[in-house]
Amino acid sequence: MRIRLTYLLAAALCTAVSAQPPASYPGAEWTLPNGDFANTRYSTLAQITPANVAELKPVNIMQTGIPNGHEGNPLVVGNTMYVVTPYPDNLIAIDLGKPDGPLKWVYEPHPDPRAVGIACCDVVNRGASYADGKIIYNTLDAHTVAVDARTGKLAWKTRVGDINLGETITMAPLVVKDKVIVGNSGGELGVRGYVAALSVADGHELWRAYNSGPDVDVKIGPGFKAFYPKDQGKDLGVSSWPANQWKLGGGTVWGWISYDPELNLIYYGSGNPGVWNPDLRPGDNKWSCSIIARNPDDGSARWAFQIVPHDAWDYDEIMENVLVDLNIGGQPRKLLLHPGRSGFMFVLDRTNGELLSAEKFQQSTNWADGYDLKTGKPREVADKRTKFGAVTKGICPSSTGAKEFVPSAFSPRTGLLYIPAHNTCMDYEGIEANYIAGTPYLGADVKMYPGPGGYQGELVAWDPVAAKQVWGAKEEKFPVYSGVLATAGDVVFYGTMDGWFKAVDARSGKPLWKFKTGSGIVGNPMTFTGPDGKQYVAVYSGVGGWMGAVAFPAISTDDPYAALGVVGAMKDIKQYTSPGGALYVFGR
Amino acid sequence: MSSDASKALLSLAVAVVALGAMDIEMWNRQGPAAAGGLALIPIAHAATPGEPSPLRVCADPNNLPFSNQRGEGFENVLALMLARELKRNLEYTWWPQRRGFIRNTLKSGRCDLVMGIPANFEMAEPTAPYYRSEYVFVMRADRKLDLHSLDDPRLRGLSIGLHAIGDDYANVPPAQALAARGMVGNIRGYSIYGDYSRPDPPRALIDAVARGEVDVAIAWGPLAGYFAAREPVPLEIAAIDARDPGMQFSISAGVRRGDDALKSAVERVLASRHAEIEGVLREYHVPLVKPPEEKS
Repeated sequence: MRIRLTYLLAAALCTAVSAQPPASYPGAEWTLPNGDFANTRYSTLAQITPANVAELKPVNIMQTGIPNGHEGNPLVVGNTMYVVTPYPDNLIAIDLGKPDGPLKWVYEPHPDPRAVGIACCDVVNRGASYADGKIIYNTLDAHTVAVDARTGKLAWKTRVGDINLGETITMAPLVVKDKVIVGNSGGELGVRGYVAALSVADGHELWRAYNSGPDVDVKIGPGFKAFYPKDQGKDLGVSSWPANQWKLGGGTVWGWISYDPELNLIYYGSGNPGVWNPDLRPGDNKWSCSIIARNPDDGSARWAFQIVPHDAWDYDEIMENVLVDLNIGGQPRKLLLHPGRSGFMFVLDRTNGELLSAEKFQQSTNWADGYDLKTGKPREVADKRTKFGAVTKGICPSSTGAKEFVPSAFSPRTGLLYIPAHNTCMDYEGIEANYIAGTPYLGADVKMYPGPGGYQGELVAWDPVAAKQVWGAKEEKFPVYSGVLATAGDVVFYGTMDGWFKAVDARSGKPLWKFKTGSGIVGNPMTFTGPDGKQYVAVYSGVGGWMGAVAFPAISTDDPYAALGVVGAMKDIKQYTSPGGALYVFGR
Repeated sequence: MSSDASKALLSLAVAVVALGAMDIEMWNRQGPAAAGGLALIPIAHAATPGEPSPLRVCADPNNLPFSNQRGEGFENVLALMLARELKRNLEYTWWPQRRGFIRNTLKSGRCDLVMGIPANFEMAEPTAPYYRSEYVFVMRADRKLDLHSLDDPRLRGLSIGLHAIGDDYANVPPAQALAARGMVGNIRGYSIYGDYSRPDPPRALIDAVARGEVDVAIAWGPLAGYFAAREPVPLEIAAIDARDPGMQFSISAGVRRGDDALKSAVERVLASRHAEIEGVLREYHVPLVKPPEEKS
């Protein structure tokens, strides 16, 4: 009893005085996909500052020999760096303790090659988590593997999904206590989205919670308390769909998972609804495009907030949820920051799912003119809703979103969230014949192009308390498709699709330094302390992913509708970069 | 980089390249290590200097009645006929015909020809079309439904099975035609991708009609006709009346854009062997419709 009281007291103190997130920031090591449970991507390392960042130079470059998109980031545990490649999803251990960083070992999982033909967009992998002496990550063929961090030997391997049904896994798992939390990809093929928890010790599955279907499948029970009436009711995962269509309901989980140890809740966003277009699935289509909070012990849902009801634009909301504690209106609040694909910056109370603000972080956003904080619903602009066979011009953002899955960073020193943003719009121009599995069908003729203002990307520095942009670093040529790193040295790092790795001042956005890597950057920068006690910054270079795939020789830039319409926005990319993956490590 | 690590990375690259060419049985069990090598079907005589290069075709290893790795589909039969007429060996690369198919096959250079694409398909260069088919109703004969029109009022009271393609407005034409009539709640979706570990994944829709899981299916003619003829109970297929003109498609072979030489060579054979091709399609129970009137 006494222990319990002490714990409660500590928790109360934390709530009252702390402006800290619910988990400690990474320092010398980087052991989780986004650095910490809170997904801040903020490092306490401060050796690299605005005054000296220009001294950075590459100290190690390692080619992976793989031409696909290199997403995610390496981990550093002790004196070892761990790199997960795109398919075939090899795990490479690099010895930081020796000159030139030689390889210690390579673990090859040999995923089922058929997964390559099933993955929708590119055969990417978004990284690993470290726990219990194991590096744990997912493979494209929908397995999770745990590899001994010291020896490179497989500890366990678990089949999570079935590629024969169109499921793949590309996300980075998050280890929460004694469990690994994973989610599936494949919404395009009509799979049903879920998260599952595996035992860190031996990989066996402990629970699985779906994002469509009856409450028992979604793990909605008596402990579920959605804040808004729109998200309350029995079996909404069934009743918000036409009969049985939830079975092909999408809502996959291919982004990031956050964890608040104090509230004991995990948070994630779900993908777009499947499998029909909106005309064929009247209803809100829950729980697609939603933020869902669950108890990691048993998967039970605590609350859910559907961001985009009845999605008509492919606005997956699998984006990162950054957990921070800040004062809103003079009151300390436990917040969840979700920069949405839909172009709005959602600030929620993470204890209960209340929407505190939702302002446009990409000004061209026009599918809705705002959110009603009383109901939690978007105020949709009727003539920007897509309709099959009808021409709808000038929808912003495009289907690739006002940002992609690439994660933002939050600095507690500046109180700003640094969002890698896109400025692209699209036209739905009727229909075109297409062909799958021997069957002709009709698809939307989508053309994407740069949004207003003459730029395609922007690093947006956002004040979540004032709910407004503080500064923006515009990128003319391409969307910002890399993750962001913020450091205690007040330097913010990000990459561009034409291969520049950049550092800007965390307070002003002033450009400080840049380096041209060998290929476009779609990975996430991270930082660590080497055995020599010095701070280093690492990032993958290697263009790919949905948008970056346009750089592949096989995709014609003559056709604005190729790669599901992305080419229209990306047609210049071959002039500026070419595929080919490498790890870059920078030091002073 | 240590030599072990270099080797490991190199073997990855090899695995990726080898992926396309594998045996479907291995495909279903193992992976490329067990199933490497291209399927080479000798047509021409033994190699001589100046022998023409093989006819390199990409096809789905598990998608009857179109193609499978055992060569049992009508596209396999027609590819063999083309190779024979062009006096070239036939070489297959197997790849599931899904999103990325053209990118990973024709465009990546793994092959030079695919046997079926819509005649107005933009990602590849279509030949002149060699057949035209349509979406059809598939019904159990014992139900005596006798459906011919999407405007038949009885449809509202029936459960209707359709192939579901994917999100982003990817729909079979009857899905949209039914939605436009307000028929949504009685649609049952069957993934076109099906369970790829089993033969004939799209067949589940036609099986559903035979089993009475749905009252009627509306499916693309070639697969409807082929599978309907193989169910344990008699099924009927019926055309959808002309009020819904979007139900018919002309089908071509496809080459890479700009590969005019192969395109005209294939077109010559397709034209000269028209009767033979039609015979093959009829054997496979493909419902054939006349090409639309030429527009000048």
